[in-house]
This record gives sequence, C-alpha cells and structure tokens, in this order.
Amino acid sequence: MENMPAFRLHRPETAAEAVRLKTSDARSRYLAGGTDMIVNVRRGIEAPETMIDLTAIAAITEISEISGGDGGLRIGAGVKLSDLAAHADLRRDYPAITQAAASVAGPTHRRYGTIGGNLCLDTRCLFYNQSQWWRESNNFCLKHKGDVCHVAPGGKRCFAAFSGDVAPAMLVYGAEVDLKGPNGARTIPLVDLYRDDGMDHLALEADELLVSIRLPKPVAGTVSGYEKSRIRGSIDFPLAGCAVRVTMDDGKVADIAIALTAVNPSPHIVTGLDDFVGRPLDDDALDKIREMVRSQAKPMLTTTVRPWYRRRVVGALARRLTAKLAGA
Amino acid sequence: MKSLLSLTVNGRQRDDGVAGNLLLVDYLREVVGLTGTKIGCDGGECGLCTVLVDGKAQHSCLTLAASCAGKDIETIEAMSDGGRLNAIQRGFHEKLGAQCGFCTPGMVMAAEALLRDNPDPDEDTIRTEMASNICRCTGYVKIIEAVQFAVDEIKANPNSKQEAA
Ligand SMILES: Cc1cc2nc3c(=O)[nH]c(=O)nc-3n(C[C@H](O)[C@H](O)[C@H](O)COP(=O)(O)OP(=O)(O)OC[C@H]3O[C@@H](n4cnc5c(N)ncnc54)[C@H](O)[C@@H]3O)c2cc1C
Ligand code: SF4
Ligand code: FES
Ligand code: FES
Repeated sequence: MENMPAFRLHRPETAAEAVRLKTSDARSRYLAGGTDMIVNVRRGIEAPETMIDLTAIAAITEISEISGGDGGLRIGAGVKLSDLAAHADLRRDYPAITQAAASVAGPTHRRYGTIGGNLCLDTRCLFYNQSQWWRESNNFCLKHKGDVCHVAPGGKRCFAAFSGDVAPAMLVYGAEVDLKGPNGARTIPLVDLYRDDGMDHLALEADELLVSIRLPKPVAGTVSGYEKSRIRGSIDFPLAGCAVRVTMDDGKVADIAIALTAVNPSPHIVTGLDDFVGRPLDDDALDKIREMVRSQAKPMLTTTVRPWYRRRVVGALARRLTAKLAGA
Repeated sequence: MKSLLSLTVNGRQRDDGVAGNLLLVDYLREVVGLTGTKIGCDGGECGLCTVLVDGKAQHSCLTLAASCAGKDIETIEAMSDGGRLNAIQRGFHEKLGAQCGFCTPGMVMAAEALLRDNPDPDEDTIRTEMASNICRCTGYVKIIEAVQFAVDEIKANPNSKQEAA
C-alpha cells in the first residue's frame, strides 16, 4: 500500500508486556481495532516505527463486576463496541453508554473497534482527517507538520474536536479509568483523561496504556440516554453529541448530569446544572438547560457543517433528551 | 522485517512470511491471490473489503495481516455452496442486487455475517446491520430484497450452507 510506512508489529499477551514494548521505541504506537489508527497511518498522519497490537491481551476484553468497595462494573479497554452495546446489565443500568456505543460508526466497525480506542480517539478536523496529498497541497496545519491553523489562522491553538461518542455517556456516570505505564498503575477520573487542546488532548503520560474503565453503581431510579446529530444516520462521526443522566424524585430533579461531544477539543461536562436540583423540569427549566448547553459548546469550523448549526443542534438535543428522560 | 504468519484462509491452513505493515486486504489479494475482495476507499469508509475474521465481519483494509495469526479468515471465494451460488449470492442474482457488482463481494460477506448471527432479520435490522457497506448503483432497495430472498431460501432449505455454519 502506497502510504503504509514500514513498522515492526508486536502482539503482546499481557498489559505489562505491552507497556514494556511501547517504551522500547520512542516512535511506537498502540493499536487496538485500528479503525482510526490504521486510517491515520494510511493518510500519513501517524508514522510509527513500532506498532503494539493490543488485540492478543485477553485480560482487557472482559466486563466484570467490581467486588468489594461500592461495587460497580469494570470494562476492559479491549471490549468491542458491539459487545458493549449488547451487554444486558449495561443496557439496563447505563443506557446512555449502550446507546452511545451502538451509534459509533457502522456495524462492521463496532464489531472490532474497541472502547479503549474510542476513549483515546484522536481529535478531528476538516483540515486534518484528509489524505497526505490533500494536506500537503494545503501546506498542512498546526496539528501536524504545518505552522498555520486554517480554522483560526491568527492563533497558535488547535480546535480539532474530540468526536468519540462513548466518552460523554461514561462521563455522566462519573467513570474512572485504570492506567498502566512505565511508572506504575494509577486510577483517575475519566474527565481528567482529557485536556482542552486539539493538538494534545489526552493527559496520558508517555507510553501509558488504558487498561479498563470503572463505572460506579448507578443510583436507583436513574435514567439516561445519548443522542447525536450526524450527516448520514447510518455511519458518521457526530457533528454534535449529548449524553444526559437524570434522577427525579417526586417530580423534581434529585440529580442531573449532561456531557457533550464533538463540539469542543475535549468531551465537555456541562457546568451549572446544580441550580436545577429540587426543581421540576418544566418548559422554563428545559429552555434554560438548552441555552446553558449552547453557551458552553464551542464548535469551530472543523466540519463541513457550520459551527452555528452544531451549537444550535447540541442545545436542541440536550433539551429534547432531558425532556424525554424526565417524562416532561 | 518479515515474520511467519499462520492462519486459515477459507478453511486452508497457510504459513506465509509477511511484513508487519502488510494489510489483510493486500495479503489476500497479492499473497494468497484471492482478488474477489475489493478495495474501494482509503480506509474504513466503503465496506468493499469486508471479510469474516473468526466468523465476524471486519474491514480487511484496516486490519494488519499479522494481527490475524491463528485466526480463521473467510472471503467471497468460499461462499459458493458445492460449486453452486449460495442462497445470498442467488438472492443478489435473482433480485438484481448487483449492478456494476463492485460492492457485491463486501455486501455478500456482510450479509453472511448477519445471517449467521440472526437467521431471521426484519427489514430494519438488515438496513442497520449492513450500514457499513456502500453501494453507488442500486439504491439499496434491491440489496435488501436480495438478503430477504436469502432468508426465505434458507428457511425453506435449512441444510444450506448458512444454517450449517
Ligand atoms: C467510517 C468511520 C466512521 C466512524 N464513525 C465514528 C463515530 O460515529 N463515532 C466514534 O466515536 N468513532 C467513529 N469512528 C472511529 C472509530 O471507529 C471508533 O472510535 C473506534 O471505537 C476506535 O476504536 P479502535 O479499537 O478501532 O481504535 P484504534 O484505531 O486502534 O485506536 C485509536 C487510538 O486510541 C489509541 N488506543 C487504543 N487503545 C488504547 C489503549 N488501551 N490505551 C491507550 N491508547 C489506546 C491508539 O493508539 C489510537 O491513537 C469511525 C471510523 C470510521 C472509519
Ligand atoms: S483546528 Fe486548525 S490546527 Fe487543528 S487540525 Fe484543524 S486546521 Fe489544524
Ligand atoms: S476498502 Fe473501503 S472500507 Fe475497506
Ligand atoms: S452494484 Fe455498483 S456499487 Fe453496488
């Protein structure tokens, strides 16, 4: 293949071995399903000299209950999106997550694309997700090989949008991630995995591997959902995506969380929603939620669809989904 | 640097020396010589390259050959049933599900994967489960009819290949 750079491929069978192999070469990359990584390699965006294939690590392909502590579920980073979407306990207890997983790409992609790859997905931009010759004829851009951002030419910032579907659905549940690196293992809140920088959006340390995701046990009576807007309903990345989790008590909000994707360089947890606790979700409250979402979404011209439209849509999605979940 | 790859392709055990960066689609077409699997895009968009890996649909254009060590690969070349078109292929023939035919190998493989998991899908399921495959000719209606034809054929003749698999 014209654009396939030569690289060594390793297929470690344990996470520890994967990390060890990763540290052995500065130009190494992790490879899970490859539904984004191999596309980027073929487009000359990634040019690894060593590829660490994670698909032979059996220990990261399971979904299990967390024993002890407050319980909850642990999801291995290697779990396929189709298995995540079909998992009966998850469908019952965390519907936003299974709905989001079922909306990623198309059915074939979900059958070998993983949740780890989805959470670690590179940010996306009209000027970046293009072939080598396309980008070259445009003098590349800040994010890769160039020195101008075509979206905001005056600045030195990249606004490429984080466009994974599942991250917002996990964020509304307060998910945590287990990481393993050359300096040991650590567990951090999923929200801290992300940085608001399109060029460098993951807060992973060098060679750190995402091993699993932990979901706390959901509060009884909690409902949730995920909706996205996209060009073709059958296959595309989100233009805007929104996850909502809400617990109602006697017609009033006991707890609410909303998270967005594809409208900022990182998935975004909407702030200021505590004001709605103790209030009913009437039209007035729903309109306010829509406007809060619109003001916190910062879409830029990183898709073929205009930013003003994505901003309007993400607010509309949040309002509609919240109303549906609250039975309003 | 090449390493030894052992896997089965259409039921036959093979051992080949492959480079780490060799894509499964190039391995199938250039090394094994099975050119039925097509390439229609620069990665992951069209579904033309769909093959079965351990019985599940996968894009051979985004899969490294060496990642398939120990796996069982099936391509369009293995679909015929004792020298005869299988039920899905007959569906594409009878219902005019193929026009230029370029998307057809991928469509047949996606349909094969679907019917193994779910032998009696409704129209909605066929549409959503084959959504990774693009056709520029038929407008899809004829493709859905082709798969429905296969569903009925397999029901009427449960000993055909899909049922056994
Ligand atoms: C046509 C098309 C449409 C798509 N549509 C969508 C969509 O609608 N929504 C969406 O969210 N995605 C979409 N995708 C992208 C992709 O299919 C999914 O995000 C998928 O979940 C990626 O998982 P993967 O296993 O294939 O990751 P890979 O491509 O293997 O990896 C992605 C990135 O994550 C890193 N990585 C993977 N696993 C780990 C780990 N355990 N630890 C650390 N880093 C890791 C890799 O190094 C790489 O940088 C689409 C892709 C295509 C080709
Ligand atoms: S936002 Fe600017 S720097 Fe970032 S990928 Fe797009 S054009 Fe490049
Ligand atoms: S060739 Fe288009 S998806 Fe593989
Ligand atoms: S028949 Fe021509 S692309 Fe489908």
